[in-house]
Amino acid sequence: MTSPNRPRSFQDVILRLQTYWATQGCAVLQPYDMEVGAGTFHPATTLRALGGRSWAAAYVQPSRRPTDGRYGENPNRLQHYYQYQVIIKPSPANLQDLYLGSLRAIGLDPMVHDVRFVEDDWESPTLGAWGLGWEVWCDGMEVSQFTYFQQVGGHDCRPVSGELTYGLERLAMYVLGVEHVMDMPFNDPDAPIPLTYGDIFRQTEREYSRWNFDQADTDTLFQHFKDAEAECARILAADPEDAAGRTIPMAHPAYDQAIKASHIFNLLDARGVISVTERQAYIGRVRALAKACADLFVTTEAAQA
Amino acid sequence: MPDLLIELFSEEIPARMQARAREDLKKLVTDGLVNAGLTYASAGAFSTPRRLALTVEGLTAHSPTTREERKGPRTDAPLKAVEGFLRSLSLDPSKVPVLIPDELDGSLAERDALSSIASYLKAQGYDGTVQAEHKVRIGSREIRADLVIGDVPFEIKKIKGQFVIFVLVEKPGRPAAEIVAEVLDAAIRNFPWPKSMRWGAGSLRWVRPLHSIICLLSDESGATVVPLTVEGIAAGNSTRGHRFLSPDAFTVTGFDDYAAKLRRAHVILDSHEREETIRQGAANLAFARGWQIVPDDALLSEVAGLVEWPVPLMGVIEERFLDLPPEVLQTSMKEHQKFFSARNPRTGRIEGFVTVANIETPDDGATILAGNQRVLAARLSDAAFFWQNDLREAKAGMQAWAEGLKSVTFHNKLGSQADRIERIAALAREIAPLVGADADQAERAAKLAKLDLRSAMVGEFPELQGTMGRYYALAAGEDEAVANAARDHYSPLGPSDAVPTAPVSVAVALADKIDTLTGFWAIDEKPTGSKDPYALRRAALGVIRLILASKVTIRLRSFTEQAAYKRFVLDYAETVRSTDEAASSELMTAFLRGESLPRTRSKDLDKRIDALHEWTTQRLGPTSLETEKNPLFDGSTINYDKVSLDLLSFLHDRLKVYLRDQGIRHDIIDAVLAQPGNDDLVLVVNRATALNAMLQTDDGRNLTQGLKRAGNILAQAEEKDGVEYSFGADVKFAETDEERALFASLDTAEPAIKAAIKAEDFPAAMTAIAGLRAPIDAFFDTVQVNTDNQIVRRNRLNLLHRIRAAGQQIADFTKVEG
Repeated sequence: MTSPNRPRSFQDVILRLQTYWATQGCAVLQPYDMEVGAGTFHPATTLRALGGRSWAAAYVQPSRRPTDGRYGENPNRLQHYYQYQVIIKPSPANLQDLYLGSLRAIGLDPMVHDVRFVEDDWESPTLGAWGLGWEVWCDGMEVSQFTYFQQVGGHDCRPVSGELTYGLERLAMYVLGVEHVMDMPFNDPDAPIPLTYGDIFRQTEREYSRWNFDQADTDTLFQHFKDAEAECARILAADPEDAAGRTIPMAHPAYDQAIKASHIFNLLDARGVISVTERQAYIGRVRALAKACADLFVTTEAAQA
Repeated sequence: MPDLLIELFSEEIPARMQARAREDLKKLVTDGLVNAGLTYASAGAFSTPRRLALTVEGLTAHSPTTREERKGPRTDAPLKAVEGFLRSLSLDPSKVPVLIPDELDGSLAERDALSSIASYLKAQGYDGTVQAEHKVRIGSREIRADLVIGDVPFEIKKIKGQFVIFVLVEKPGRPAAEIVAEVLDAAIRNFPWPKSMRWGAGSLRWVRPLHSIICLLSDESGATVVPLTVEGIAAGNSTRGHRFLSPDAFTVTGFDDYAAKLRRAHVILDSHEREETIRQGAANLAFARGWQIVPDDALLSEVAGLVEWPVPLMGVIEERFLDLPPEVLQTSMKEHQKFFSARNPRTGRIEGFVTVANIETPDDGATILAGNQRVLAARLSDAAFFWQNDLREAKAGMQAWAEGLKSVTFHNKLGSQADRIERIAALAREIAPLVGADADQAERAAKLAKLDLRSAMVGEFPELQGTMGRYYALAAGEDEAVANAARDHYSPLGPSDAVPTAPVSVAVALADKIDTLTGFWAIDEKPTGSKDPYALRRAALGVIRLILASKVTIRLRSFTEQAAYKRFVLDYAETVRSTDEAASSELMTAFLRGESLPRTRSKDLDKRIDALHEWTTQRLGPTSLETEKNPLFDGSTINYDKVSLDLLSFLHDRLKVYLRDQGIRHDIIDAVLAQPGNDDLVLVVNRATALNAMLQTDDGRNLTQGLKRAGNILAQAEEKDGVEYSFGADVKFAETDEERALFASLDTAEPAIKAAIKAEDFPAAMTAIAGLRAPIDAFFDTVQVNTDNQIVRRNRLNLLHRIRAAGQQIADFTKVEG
């Protein structure tokens, strides 16, 4: 932990990852501009994992998990947090080594720490996706998820994408030796105006926790869910040929609606208005949307080798 | 004799799959080698997180040449068939020599056969060896054949009057390398991983990406790489050591060299050695503090599968967490962190842990231990938070949890967990007096036993269900017996689990399982084949073991009948729903909560229907049901008694399996189950045990023969005469001493057996009946039952009936084998 090469702040960790993966040849993308539960939902992963075209991207993705809100009081649970996502297709033979390089880049030297790949198979019922891989442990703490995608949206992944997901807050807290996420320096602690994670997010965590758990209007949300579902289906069913006679299937706009439905479902779940039996049905409805979007995407230009 | 070394080097193999994978690799490869004709002296398989390895020693260098006879078509088959047959053996038809065996005689059929082959071969351009006028000796004669006969392989044999072509196929021996390459290629492609994957742009499947293959044959003259390429991965002689400590590639010359170089490269190849290193290291670390490691073989084997170079490190649990229940500490450390628990024998508490790193570091693991300690602290902070919150709720009476269980579905046809708890509570009350438990306590315990399912701790660690229930019940000020029932009512889960015997625990455990069984029988969701999604076999075995362990008299019929009754109510409620929603839902609610519904045992369906009808109208006042009077439901579609008998026979089947494992033969159990009272399991087992013991003796076995013989003779006579001989044997018609002796013995034995059975003293009953062995044997040795004198015959048959009846008091001996 006393490496001279140690990052000094949360943003330092992010910047090092950005630089590292840029150096490895990834396109450094920006976050997707919608509410999602995880970096995997970004079309740069979900859709681009499909089809034969090679791909390499890395990005930060703000992620929302309404049920994880703890009013900013829990040392490491947040309803809004950041994931760092890397996706490379086809998965290179040295992906594990590349990943370990990224740990070195943020000051975790595998010669001093205990880095382990522990079986953890990944599955997203809402995306109809699964893969095999590991959770990566550093000194007994899970710092990343490492997955070889086998299926997305019900389609076999050929070639296979390798996906890396870092939980940025937890990873950075460990690297920086911080016990409570709100105490973590966001920018450099010696900056003229040093800001902690709490300075930026304590209030929002409180506000969103209240809204997520108590205030979000469930009737409105149920309606939004239906609307998103209907719009998704409408977009998918639209004639691929536009008024000017151009063939433009709209996989991405349809997928946006699937993402939206997924997030609304998460909000309803946090409000506690979805029963155990209904849960499965809702997840099934979102999966149906994601699959239909995947079906359309694989027919488009971006999916061709 | 060459040795073979194989290594399949991959990304990290899940720990839980390694033991099986070692065995599979060994089996696939050695079976393949043997099937191809090689033999070997010994084989051993090894695994680390990144490699599977196999050594096969004393392999034969070549497979032997083999000759094999292959059956072909008949000689009069179309030529195409003959041709296809030869081609299937990769034989060139024009080069096949032919043998005419001696057995052929000179009939027309053979000549046709021979000429058909000849013309076929000619059509194929057979050149040179067809010699006209060639003489062949057939039988004692020489005949002229149209074609020649070469060395051996082609034979014609007479089978069931038909002439059939046989070819002797000679397979030349092959070098081991060729076979090994084929076998390994197939083993890799067909490896039975529980889950496998593709990677990159390839299509090969392996558990995780496969990086390199060693396939090396070595003998005195040196080592040779077996030429083999699987999906672009060429076999070689090099591997890598520890991922961080010795990452460079190195080459090996054979297994010993491989294992030794791996050790220098910080990899212990043998998982058992790694386990031993961990066990010893952890024990030493604990010993230094005066602590003891809590043994956990499953964890040990898992951890050994996560490291190539195990380095145990000991840490101390912070004081603030030591008040957590030990099960919580252990579960949290084991499940999340794969730590071993260390107990301080002086305090009896879990106070430390051992984590096993995969690396030696310059700071002797200080950074690693500090990190692990931090993670543990975060986990235990969560656990402590759950524990404190849960305790607060427990002390407040757990009402919120009870409420919460109303919204948790148990099964959509069997209501919520809360409904289920109500039913179990009612049933536990009913069972309590049978097992010597206080009914109020049993009911109370049943109502509390599952509340911990809503606690935060069980939400986080489902395996602590019951364990936490006990703590929370105690915190709520409940009696120790009630709290223990919360912990123990799930038991027994596995066949070797301990069985609770405390009466309150037994009452709740039985109620839990009986409710499950009757409920699923009522909705007709029974186990089929290998499918048993609701673990009903386990529940049935649980019922059996609970009853037998406590030796309580419980007539299972009274409970299995509930299944039939539940089915009846469900069907009724379902049917009346279309005419009276309110009545239907009233019935369903009462049914789901286990409220008492009228339980008429009448066989008359109308009476049963009336009883439900009356109950409903009483509860709801006059309803439409009154006028409708269940017009839709005639109850005739299902034989409700069959539901009950079916469940009972399911329990009997499980009992048979259980007793068979205890060494009691199934025919003995069948003989006992045919007796009345077969729903009282203690009675059944006592009978079976006593009968089993008797059948171990000569007296017992011979007696069984005598009883069966008596039964057979009697049955035949009864069948022939169309009457039942069941009364009136009189000693005054006895003609021989043996006959009179049997009368006397029966006079003594019958009351003794009867008294013993009444007292349920089966060993005494067995002794009494075993006393009949000698008189029965003597009787059959000297007396002819079916004599011409009808009076004497009838008297003897009636005497046989007394023997049969004496036996029937104990068991149905006709079912005993041998």
